[in-house]
Amino acid sequence: MEMIIRDIGFIIGTTLMYSTPLIYTSLGGVITERSGVVNIGLEGMMYFGAFVGAAVAYFTASPWLGLLCAALGGALFGLIHAVACVTFNAEQIVSGIAINFLGAGSALFISRLLFDGATQTLTIPNKMPLPLDFLFGEGRLFPSSGFMDLVFNRFATVYLAFFMVFVVWLVLYKTRIGMRVRAVGENPEAANTLGVSVIKIRYCAVILSGVFAGLGGAAMSIAVVSRFSNTLISGHGFIALAAMIFGKWKPQGAMLACLLFGAAKGFEIYLGSKGVPIPGDILAILPYLLTLIILVGFVGKTTAPGAVGKIFDKSGH
Amino acid sequence: MIDITKKFGDVVANNHISLTIHKGEVHALLGENGAGKTTLMNVLYGLYRPTTGTIRINGKAVSIRSPNVAISNGIGMVHQHFMLVEPFSVTENIILGNEPTRAGGIVDMVSAEADVMRLSQEYGLSVDPKALIEDLSVGSQQRVEILKTLYRGAEILIFDEPTAVLTPQEIQELVTIIKNLTAAGKSVIIITHKLKEIKQIADFCTIIRRGEHIDTVEVDKVSEEELASMMVGRQVSFKVDKPEQQAGAAVLEIKNLRVVDKRGIAAVNGLNLQLKKGEILGIAGVDGNGQTELIEALTGLARVQAGSIQVNGQELANQTPGTIRTNHKVGHIPEDRQKRGLVFEFDVAENLILSSYNTSRFSTFFILLRAAIYSNAEKLIKLFDIRPANAKITAKSLSGGNQQKMIIAREVSSNPDILIAAQPTRGLDVGAIEYVHQTLVEQRNRGKAVLLISFELDEIMNVSDRIAVIYEGRIVGEIKAKEADEQQLGRLMAGCSL
Repeated sequence: MEMIIRDIGFIIGTTLMYSTPLIYTSLGGVITERSGVVNIGLEGMMYFGAFVGAAVAYFTASPWLGLLCAALGGALFGLIHAVACVTFNAEQIVSGIAINFLGAGSALFISRLLFDGATQTLTIPNKMPLPLDFLFGEGRLFPSSGFMDLVFNRFATVYLAFFMVFVVWLVLYKTRIGMRVRAVGENPEAANTLGVSVIKIRYCAVILSGVFAGLGGAAMSIAVVSRFSNTLISGHGFIALAAMIFGKWKPQGAMLACLLFGAAKGFEIYLGSKGVPIPGDILAILPYLLTLIILVGFVGKTTAPGAVGKIFDKSGH
Repeated sequence: MIDITKKFGDVVANNHISLTIHKGEVHALLGENGAGKTTLMNVLYGLYRPTTGTIRINGKAVSIRSPNVAISNGIGMVHQHFMLVEPFSVTENIILGNEPTRAGGIVDMVSAEADVMRLSQEYGLSVDPKALIEDLSVGSQQRVEILKTLYRGAEILIFDEPTAVLTPQEIQELVTIIKNLTAAGKSVIIITHKLKEIKQIADFCTIIRRGEHIDTVEVDKVSEEELASMMVGRQVSFKVDKPEQQAGAAVLEIKNLRVVDKRGIAAVNGLNLQLKKGEILGIAGVDGNGQTELIEALTGLARVQAGSIQVNGQELANQTPGTIRTNHKVGHIPEDRQKRGLVFEFDVAENLILSSYNTSRFSTFFILLRAAIYSNAEKLIKLFDIRPANAKITAKSLSGGNQQKMIIAREVSSNPDILIAAQPTRGLDVGAIEYVHQTLVEQRNRGKAVLLISFELDEIMNVSDRIAVIYEGRIVGEIKAKEADEQQLGRLMAGCSL
């Protein structure tokens, strides 16, 4: 019995850990798409964030500094996407594809420069701290490897992610700026006639989506694992995008969808650790298979923001 | 507004136009489509910057760089295509850009809703502050637009074609609202090309033609005919001449037709209709009552869920558009001429054979016969007076009226038994409208059947022999055009029984 409870704790804990990078990134997706700009470049931004986070954490030995720089790195690519899509009215999908190549490419390029030609960083000296251990001392609040410990004793990035879901929800639905973001995403012409600057709002939203994707990448490279490697992100940005759609473009919905994807990963690891006679490669397909099923089943049936992906031209021509 | 000129590249949209509005007056801006009325108002509202000219408000020169500046100078605009965020509530739409907030930037919805309530009572604009825009009728949405301007303290309200989407009853309500506004000292500018409305509400009228200021007149001192000739630049007749004619046998019979729209809701639900040879049957109704779906079902563009459509006794429900055209001889002047009527990048000659390119006249062994295609075009250009008379220019370079002539030429020359004309005069100027109406009447005179679908009640009443009113996907009443009166039709269009 105790064994089963511990197993459940393990699965929940792993689910939380693996959901975290997805939650950050899908929050980024929610913000940008709510403002009317599609950002399929989340994958590339996540990739770059994961590298910057791990590299900075390696050289400074500070995971927090790594996290901050990952956010800034993501913001940089957010800015590029914003310049292309908002200022120059580029096709948003094309710009996103370019960002995916650019994000991954520059991460690998800089990695080769800094780490003797390797496409991965070295192991970082300090991972993200576990706040419960930090506050109460290791194994003091909950007995080590007990159910409560497995579920709740998680990296700081995990707690921060769930807090961010609340913050993004609060901002989007309760504040002035959030209302303007949603209005711009639904009907930019209407917002423009009321003196709301579509350009400014979209710039902020797209850059913020980069920040969140960067955080998502770092939550992977300095918490879930302790280094960046070229296969680390492999589609997580796209899964986060799918989670955003499945979550109906709402922060809380996206969070639930990310937990579902995280659970798939949790099961994969649990089954793998139990030596279940299913090849690991098959288990590893699980989250992607789930993404495919959800996208086929739900895309088109949920309502996207009215103006998402449409070019807004202020001059009216 | 003094001496306003606005150019888009080489095109002069407004050429030295001046306009004076006094406190508490209703000033109409009259002109044909493309005359430059809306451009002038967009300049006043800060959406465009004038090339030259100045704007003075209460004697003070202002530079209106953006809608924000216009709003802070007390100018508000009710756009023709409403500028509303559909999934937002009435209150959210009204306060957007001007939100009252509590500490931390949290929007204070309670006080906002109270403000909206107070304003709506003050000016007699009844709306539910909590309702979502997408659930409101067009008339209510317009009231939200008006409230938006009042919430921002507008003293001058610009209405862009405010009655285009309203039923006759809603138009009456709007007239009352405008009277309330002017009684409260507000000034109103109405952009329109409907003469009747100008006579009904406006005090002054400024006429604009091809970007030029023609005249400003006191409405009481001119007749509708005088206004029309100033607008067009020549005498126009409003009446459509058509000889008395007995309608023949039924050619089209629709029974219990059911068609669902994109959302899966039955937009046409149990519709019955009969169309006879040698008559024009007008379908009157407010936009969104199933007209589009009816047309699409008749032309094979949408699936028929249930019911039957028979042409000369043959079933055509769920046949392909091509079969319906060629085998059943149904012609179609589509609602959206840019999307469905023409291939914009193709030249005039190619557009004229879009429905007959695969006949032996124009092709053989997969090869198009260029000579035949262009001589056909020359002939039709002459016959239908398409200008410029050049078969080799792209469709998109023609004016709206000539694009429509091109579609009509194609459809009429294929000699259909039934011609479906959906909104055939939308966006056209008076001259082109006359032409379209004459062509429809000619078809009828030749013993063909014409189905006219239009949101313009005047058009329906002028052109049709018989009028059927569509409401929520059903025909709710049929009247002989000669016996029809506007109030009665309006009630039917709003869903009331006779």
